[in-house]
Amino acid sequence: MTALHLARTVYDAIRVHGEETYPHECCGALLGRSTPEGWWIEASIKAGNMRTDSAHNRYQISPAELMKIERESRRQGLSIAGFYHSHPDHPAQWSQTDLVEAHWLGCSYVITAVAQGKAEITNSFFLAGDTEENKRFEAESIEVT
Amino acid sequence: MTIFIPTPLRPFAAGKDAVEVNALTVAAALDELTQTYPELRKHLFTVEGKMRAFVNVYLNDEDVRYLPGKEATEVSTKDTLSIIPSIAGGAGGDLQSSR
Repeated sequence: MTALHLARTVYDAIRVHGEETYPHECCGALLGRSTPEGWWIEASIKAGNMRTDSAHNRYQISPAELMKIERESRRQGLSIAGFYHSHPDHPAQWSQTDLVEAHWLGCSYVITAVAQGKAEITNSFFLAGDTEENKRFEAESIEVT
Repeated sequence: MTIFIPTPLRPFAAGKDAVEVNALTVAAALDELTQTYPELRKHLFTVEGKMRAFVNVYLNDEDVRYLPGKEATEVSTKDTLSIIPSIAGGAGGDLQSSR
């Protein structure tokens, strides 16, 4: 099992973000560095959820906003290591929708369950595989540093 | 010109986060990129040679698919291309677990 290392400030920030947007899904990017021990996340960037038609159970970050996030990650000398979003009143487990829409191979997808407006468990899933055809989520531990 | 490579595609571009190419159009730039790094091709294009639906390509700050010339748009040495895979998902109506 791989491990995702999250700076405490990032861990707290992404959970608070889920509470702020409840009952809608929040979303954002995780910036960090790749090491043999896994991703070390140093920063997060909030993003807007384009899926205003179904924000309670869907999220999408606009490509234009992703462009800006990529640019900011380069400015900080970091890489986009993954993304986070929340599941309002749903478990912090990946859904078929999450898998179908996941294309950032080698990155981590962090999900926080937000129940009645309060963040509960936060889980991370590494998108393993090297093609769209063999991609799969693998649970990974979160080390808060 | 510079082509910025996103995290998931770097393993197929010798680990590089940016590649320099010498091309006259967006299509030629992507062609040179995939000629240099053939493993990238299947991640960017379908077997029919069309850009994969979840792959967004930006010429500077413009989405190529909305440019009048699309991939035929001319480029200069000062331009940059950014490859941006889509990001979306959500709880939806079903849940799975890898545990």
